[in-house]
Amino acid sequence: MKDDVVICRCEDVTYGQIVEAVRSGLTTTEEIKRILRCGMGPCQGRTCTRLITRIIAEETGRTIEEIGRPAVRPPARPIEIGVLAGRSDEENR
Amino acid sequence: MRRTADCVIIGGGVVGSSLAYYLAKRGMTNCVVLEASYLSSGATGRCGGGIRQQWSTEPNARLAIESMALWKGLEDELDRDIEFLQGGYLVLGYTDDDVRQFEANVELQRGLGLDVEVLTPTEIRDRAAPGLDTRGVRLATYCSSDGSANPFLTTQAYADAARRLGVEFELFTPVGRVLVEGGRVTGVETERGTVSAPVVVNAAGSHSLLLARTAGIELPITPWRREILVTEPVERFLDPMVISFSFGIYFRQTRHGAVIGGFADPDEQPGFNQTSSLDFLTTMSRKLGRLMPRLASVKIVRQWAGLYDATPDGQPILGHVPEVDGFIQACGFSGHGFMIAPKVSSLLAQLITGERPDLDIDRLNLRRFADGATAGERSVV
Ligand SMILES: Cc1cc2nc3c(=O)[nH]c(=O)nc-3n(C[C@H](O)[C@H](O)[C@H](O)COP(=O)(O)OP(=O)(O)OC[C@H]3O[C@@H](n4cnc5c(N)ncnc54)[C@H](O)[C@@H]3O)c2cc1C
Repeated sequence: MKDDVVICRCEDVTYGQIVEAVRSGLTTTEEIKRILRCGMGPCQGRTCTRLITRIIAEETGRTIEEIGRPAVRPPARPIEIGVLAGRSDEENR
Repeated sequence: MRRTADCVIIGGGVVGSSLAYYLAKRGMTNCVVLEASYLSSGATGRCGGGIRQQWSTEPNARLAIESMALWKGLEDELDRDIEFLQGGYLVLGYTDDDVRQFEANVELQRGLGLDVEVLTPTEIRDRAAPGLDTRGVRLATYCSSDGSANPFLTTQAYADAARRLGVEFELFTPVGRVLVEGGRVTGVETERGTVSAPVVVNAAGSHSLLLARTAGIELPITPWRREILVTEPVERFLDPMVISFSFGIYFRQTRHGAVIGGFADPDEQPGFNQTSSLDFLTTMSRKLGRLMPRLASVKIVRQWAGLYDATPDGQPILGHVPEVDGFIQACGFSGHGFMIAPKVSSLLAQLITGERPDLDIDRLNLRRFADGATAGERSVV
């Protein structure tokens, strides 16, 4: 079933869930991210955002440009708290 | 888009959405919520989701305690999982000031019927937060009925329930101006035309300041950036939200397993800046690693920032303004608007539908600042 295809692998969100969200009135990647968590996992949407945008486009008939991309939040890659804490300790010395 | 309504609400955060729901529930269904972007795009979607009843002023404490009564039934009432959890709040005290302030807080809170305990460092580790490094901690106050909820799901649930009752939500529709004629509000102007209404509610978060100005009202609200971050999900190890005013931190573990938290930078400048800083990332990591050593190997996946709409006394501005009839304020939440939204919105719904609010909100009227309001909230992170 296409509905069961996993689109966001980090948070285990399926095609069917995303289509349902769009049909309920969530028409931007930002909104879908906030309700379904897709794009909030370790990869921060690197793989799924493009797919989700395409699903929204298919469902709403809007273009990829109109839909827009969710804000990219730092850090660019997940970093361990201990590593960050260590660095700032050195800076403070 | 409706061109006339009984009530226009500016802002689709938790306050605007919950107010729409409580108004509709009371029978005022011809309401329109106008949101500049999407639901929860403001402070609500950026907040920590903590629900605390332990406050230092009576109005805040009462609003929070009575909100908790509503929070408990909210998932049933709105028929939606909003990740509501009563994991408690642990407030850590390090200084003489903390100890003195906590005494006064506990007396006030117990007087209002709140079950709040005072814990020693050993009790903290044994009962509330295993693994917490309590070096320097003198004592903590702990209220096990405090909790948290997911802000996106809560706001969405309120909005969907309001929609089912007939309220219209217009997203991506910024209000440019509040319209006033002869000392009465008549509606609002948007890029998509005007909406006429005898009641307009200003629930636009920090931007309430700017909207009020279009109606000639000056609100004593200062926007402050507050940064926050979240880790990858880890196995459950922490039930309560841990906060400290003197150490400057708050953090909790979400139901999803992630740790979410932040602190207020004392050097922050007022303004609408919502960018993220590397300073915050490193300082917050140091604070988290110091208090919860087990988090050292846990990764931070995302940081962002939102705005506090701070008032001089740390309490919201609610209700009528003297100069413009029908223009209702629901703003100035000073960093704790998520938790008190259910009660605040219920009270404002009573006020707007012509009933006497079942809790005195008159002392949270804008007038109090002209009268020189001083007694401020001390328990703000
Ligand atoms: C980092 C951080 C952590 C926090 N942690 C907590 C916490 O743990 N617990 C807690 O209770 N509170 C917390 N808060 C505070 C809480 O987020 C806010 O008090 C609460 O969300 C306020 O909700 P609101 O609906 O009033 O405002 P907002 O959520 O800001 O909503 C206002 C809405 O108005 C819209 N708007 C603005 N201008 C216009 C316009 N011209 N026309 C139409 N719409 C407009 C905005 O887009 C926005 O969506 C925190 C805040 C921050 C920033």
